[in-house]
Amino acid sequence: MDKVIFKIKRGTPEEWQYVEYEVPVEKGTTILDGLYYIRDNIDHTLSFRASCRMEVCGSCAMMVNNFPRTTCSTQIENVKPDGTKNGIKVIKLEPLSGYPWIRDLVVDFDDFFKKHESVKPYIIRKETPEGQLLQSPEQLAKFKQLTLCIKCGACVAACPISNSDPLYLGPAALAAAYRFNADSRDEGKNKRLAVVSDPEGCWRCHFSAECSEACPKDVDPASAIQKLKVQAAVFEFKRIFTGRKDGEK
Amino acid sequence: MEIHKADIIILGAGLAGLRAAISAAETNKNLKIAVVSKVFFLRSHSTAAEGGTAAVLYEGDSYDLHAYDTIKGSDYLADQDAVEIFVRTMPKEVLDLDHWGCPWSRLPDGRIAQRPFGGHSFPRATYAADRTGFHALHTLYERMLIYENIERFQEYFVTSIMIDNGTFTGLTAMNMKTGEYVIFQGKALIIAAGGLGRLYSFTTYSHTVTGDGAAMALRAGLPLEDMEFIQFHPTGLVPSGILITEGARGEGGYLLNKDGDRFMKKYAPQKMELAPRDVVSRSIMWEILEGRGYSGPWGPYVYLDLRHLGDEKIKERLPAIRDIAIKFNNINPKDEPIPVRPAAHYTMGGIQVGNDTMSPVKGIFASGEASCVSIHGANRLGSNSTAECLVFGDISGRNAALYVEKIQNIPDLNMDKVKEEENWLYKEPFKERGSESVATLRRELQNTMQEKVGIFRNEKDLTDALKIIKDLQKRFDNVYVEDKNMYYNTNLMTYFELRNLLEVAEVVVLGAIARKESRGAHYRTDYPKRDDVNWMKHTIAIKRAGKIELSYIPVRVTKWQPEERKY
Repeated sequence: MDKVIFKIKRGTPEEWQYVEYEVPVEKGTTILDGLYYIRDNIDHTLSFRASCRMEVCGSCAMMVNNFPRTTCSTQIENVKPDGTKNGIKVIKLEPLSGYPWIRDLVVDFDDFFKKHESVKPYIIRKETPEGQLLQSPEQLAKFKQLTLCIKCGACVAACPISNSDPLYLGPAALAAAYRFNADSRDEGKNKRLAVVSDPEGCWRCHFSAECSEACPKDVDPASAIQKLKVQAAVFEFKRIFTGRKDGEK
Repeated sequence: MEIHKADIIILGAGLAGLRAAISAAETNKNLKIAVVSKVFFLRSHSTAAEGGTAAVLYEGDSYDLHAYDTIKGSDYLADQDAVEIFVRTMPKEVLDLDHWGCPWSRLPDGRIAQRPFGGHSFPRATYAADRTGFHALHTLYERMLIYENIERFQEYFVTSIMIDNGTFTGLTAMNMKTGEYVIFQGKALIIAAGGLGRLYSFTTYSHTVTGDGAAMALRAGLPLEDMEFIQFHPTGLVPSGILITEGARGEGGYLLNKDGDRFMKKYAPQKMELAPRDVVSRSIMWEILEGRGYSGPWGPYVYLDLRHLGDEKIKERLPAIRDIAIKFNNINPKDEPIPVRPAAHYTMGGIQVGNDTMSPVKGIFASGEASCVSIHGANRLGSNSTAECLVFGDISGRNAALYVEKIQNIPDLNMDKVKEEENWLYKEPFKERGSESVATLRRELQNTMQEKVGIFRNEKDLTDALKIIKDLQKRFDNVYVEDKNMYYNTNLMTYFELRNLLEVAEVVVLGAIARKESRGAHYRTDYPKRDDVNWMKHTIAIKRAGKIELSYIPVRVTKWQPEERKY
């Protein structure tokens, strides 16, 4: 294989079309390499986000043949084509699904980050400790995988609920809530559960698990949400039992 | 036009910028703090830092030892009083991150783990697997969310720093989402906008690291210090340049030439692969130049061999490196060595500031890679950069807060200058003329810097490079932006970035031509020795009436006299 066709959804919500570009490919060429090739050599007006090109900054996720992927870490060779044209493999690129579209391959992430913020994704403690907060490797292992989330937004784009219900907190935010609830240094579990117990929180998830399939970092938000549901159920029970909103005794 | 006012404006939201924001917010809860970045904060290049962050935590280590290692590593160009502040403050920063949720790797007893790193004589690189920068950045971002007095401006491209009567007044910018013109007015500015590594074609840097902070500072008349010192990291992945952490050698990885020799025994018999980066990078290049490297379609390389570490250790300690090797090169490091070559990695120089992070202009502070305090001198030790961002980010935030407390009103902007900048931003790039493109000029600049201003430098190459850069600056006038749509116009943003790169490139080269010695990362084949008599001094570059002027200031020495650097 020495070239491929990128079929890119271009324009704005008001006016758009698919535009095709031929991109040279060698071993290891990524989708992002191809996008840079187009912008540098064929069409300077192509708009997309990218930065680290090593799958750690989370900028470059988009729909690749209808599936959300971080394009910097997706080798063209490994993508099943969306079809062929004159014998050349075609790859379809579109902005992330489930987000307000700004232009070309760029979507609006404001709501994504607001939802993340809403679950209180930080350590909550009553007092500031003096020295190290000891944490055994086993305690760390309980949430370590969840810390790998790069906020690329692929999980939300893959989630059928997020795509149909803009109020749903979504897999990234819910996984972040569980990440802190599972951290032995944290004392703010109930504050987070009060947020995620909302009907638009963890109960909205139907465990289709598309989020975990889409995650480039194997964070597995789907299983985190199920664990969060267990915590939320206990929390709800305590709320009823104690008659207190925060579920504290 | 959008207008935003704040007490403190922070330009850049990597480790230094976010640390500064938290520090300022904690110092005074009533201050309004605006953090402005051209990317979403979590996309900042700090996220790419991997191996560790240096701090004295345990018995057997000491502040003096960390300071000595840093100063020797700097080839005696670091300011020693600054280094002493740095090493003493750093342990607290590790604890703060711990309290704020950083998933530090742990010892079996639950304490924070550390690993060996290049040029350090104690294993003091505090790490979170091999994603230390990523975890530290996310932790600071998360912590920042609790402060109601921090306002976030993400995807705002700042274009100029406004100074009037020797005092900071504001910033001009463009809202990338809407293309609208934006003014930020404030009492103080902290520049934490990172380095300039995309000057080079083979680099570990993110695409967005284009020297914006340094270039804007230069245009505004601020002094830049020691810009000729560019660090090349020994192990950039071939062909992409992606960083393969020094932690890989810290965990025991070997560098091998094509004869299968651990060649570092020739160059640094004691430290071997864990000599400082300038030493290891030069050693790799010597091996390659003398024909003992491998050659491939993407240029020469040597091997970084992790096979003897075993699958389990690689998975536990170096999971990101394993992932990178598999995803980008189809190599599993347990079975195959990794092809590497030195890659542009760090900017030792930056905006000249004192130990209090204040620049010579009233109200302007700088911290992190954008600044030059200087604790890195001519060569930074691995794991000292994320550490610097934390320590001096914190200091800059606190000092900026204390500074603005004493100022009643936000100074007035010079509206003529505001208008002038707006005119330039919205007219100049779109004037149709010439046929030059951003991509062509950027490529020529990067190739020039790579070939002529790299690891080995000499008078002829450097003067050639200067000529080419001057020519590229002229040709920049013939570049125009084809994209007329103002929504997220990346054509326009890359145009601004290229302008910045072209301006800072000149400073790097001028400093390198003038410095007729070899020190740290600046190696002149025509002056291969360090010259403490004439050159133990910092380069200062200031732009006056469109011309860059160089001058020099002494290095501050406390108790470590220069000695020969052997490893």
